[in-house]
Amino acid sequence: MIRERYLNLGVLALLLALALLARLADQSFTITVLTKVVILALAAAGLNIALGLGGLVSLGHAVFFGLGGYAMGILAFHAQNFAPLELGPLTIAGSKSMPVIWLTAIAVSALAALVIGLLSLRTSGVYFIMITLAFGQMFYYFSISWAAYGGEDGLSIYIRNGFPGLNMLDPIQFFGICFAVLCLVLLFSDRLARSPFGLALNAARQVPVRVETVGLSPMRLKLLAFVISGAITGLAGALYADLNRFVSPTMFSWQLSGELMVLVILGGVGRLIGPVVGAAIFVALEQLLGGLTAFWQIWLGVILLLIVLFARGGVVGLIAPKGVGHD
Amino acid sequence: MSILEIAGLTASYGVSQALFSVDLTVNEGEVVALMGRNGMGKTTTVKAICRMIASAGGLRFAGQDLHRLSSDRAARLGIGLVPEGRRCFRDLSVRENLIVAARPGPWDMGRVAGLFPRLGERRGQNAASLSGGEQQMLAIGRALMTNPRLLILDEATEGLAPIIRQEIWTAIARLKAESGMAILLIDKSLKELSGISDRAVVLQRGTTVWAGPMADLTPDISERLIGV
Repeated sequence: MIRERYLNLGVLALLLALALLARLADQSFTITVLTKVVILALAAAGLNIALGLGGLVSLGHAVFFGLGGYAMGILAFHAQNFAPLELGPLTIAGSKSMPVIWLTAIAVSALAALVIGLLSLRTSGVYFIMITLAFGQMFYYFSISWAAYGGEDGLSIYIRNGFPGLNMLDPIQFFGICFAVLCLVLLFSDRLARSPFGLALNAARQVPVRVETVGLSPMRLKLLAFVISGAITGLAGALYADLNRFVSPTMFSWQLSGELMVLVILGGVGRLIGPVVGAAIFVALEQLLGGLTAFWQIWLGVILLLIVLFARGGVVGLIAPKGVGHD
Repeated sequence: MSILEIAGLTASYGVSQALFSVDLTVNEGEVVALMGRNGMGKTTTVKAICRMIASAGGLRFAGQDLHRLSSDRAARLGIGLVPEGRRCFRDLSVRENLIVAARPGPWDMGRVAGLFPRLGERRGQNAASLSGGEQQMLAIGRALMTNPRLLILDEATEGLAPIIRQEIWTAIARLKAESGMAILLIDKSLKELSGISDRAVVLQRGTTVWAGPMADLTPDISERLIGV
């Protein structure tokens, strides 16, 4: 059995190596597929903080993914049309700058997570799942009826947004920036899990009552985790919209929330590299089997079933079980 | 000066009333034994103090009405609980269990390891892999890391080997001698409680039936009220 740290570095190195090889072979499509892996991994890494660390089974994380996507779409839409965004007395100029869009996506998603968390964290178990799902559906149907930004048809952005000093139209450079963001988020997640906050959150997941008796509020711990989780998933949504240069209500759909959960479970709930492994398996199946049959998700279901039945720690748990060579 | 004042405390589990009229005072630096047969309301009293169940009546800690506070705020006010059954955070290491509880004050990881050297030796070990006695030491260490003004130990030696029980009692005696913190003790061992407690309070059917200096708890009274 290998140590988890080596596995983490190995998976990231493999991802980077594949992208560089694809660049050498001039395979832009492969780089785009790998970029999708990275962005979905980022979104799942966000969910992993809520689910893995906090034990919060959220079926509404597509809300944050969609908000991130629409933050990008709306800002870029107004920038490309040279028309400012008017929010009552506020007039905001559009933007094609990735850092500005990312910060907006993070802020909007974090704010939404705060409001949703405040309401949904009063419940637990199946009620929490249902409330987060309900929020997801609310945003989904709202986006469908939001004609100003494409409604059901979504919103196309003609040119990829820019990052200072880089050419984002070059697939490998866009991959590089997404990969760097993923590495930073994974590093942050690792530090977070080992911090007093992360440890308290872990404890609150295990025995909430005991956490209260040492002077900590499980509700506050979980709320903060939910907000951080939502912000990261929102950032992933902005990058995903940039990758496709398109946003649509699908980004808010409950199926997407379910897919994010599948990625985390496939890779390993609460395992640092789990979301990356899960996203890689998901996209690989989509690419390899999707060409053969339209029903490729049946095979995904079979794999998920096997993982849940026989490998609770996901693929990462199979390769580097906790307690055996675990850092 | 009293730090914990309970007067006429009542509490229920749904329709079943568990506490009818509990009176209890703990002064600064004092060790008080809360005694009684099984099911008389000792743990329920502790739960009421820690705001883990709803209660009514007089319940003040450090001059504040505890009924206004949530469980975590009561703990932050200075109530440290070593719960019945230990209940460590099993997925966390010894060190991590202590970090989670840490609040500013004289008790830190080094001082806890000084009180329980075993914990220092096993700081990287998962709590789930510790023996029962070590888990109990960890539960006490975790409560101390909150730097409480009142430490409540609910059956801290229950189910432990005699040698480990002795180790725990020695540690409690050191706490009394060195820290000066108020301690509320619940245990079945009258001999050990007599040796360490300044006062005793006896409960029967959720009501305080006797309170006074430990020296006044004669064998006759303890036989009649506690059955030992």
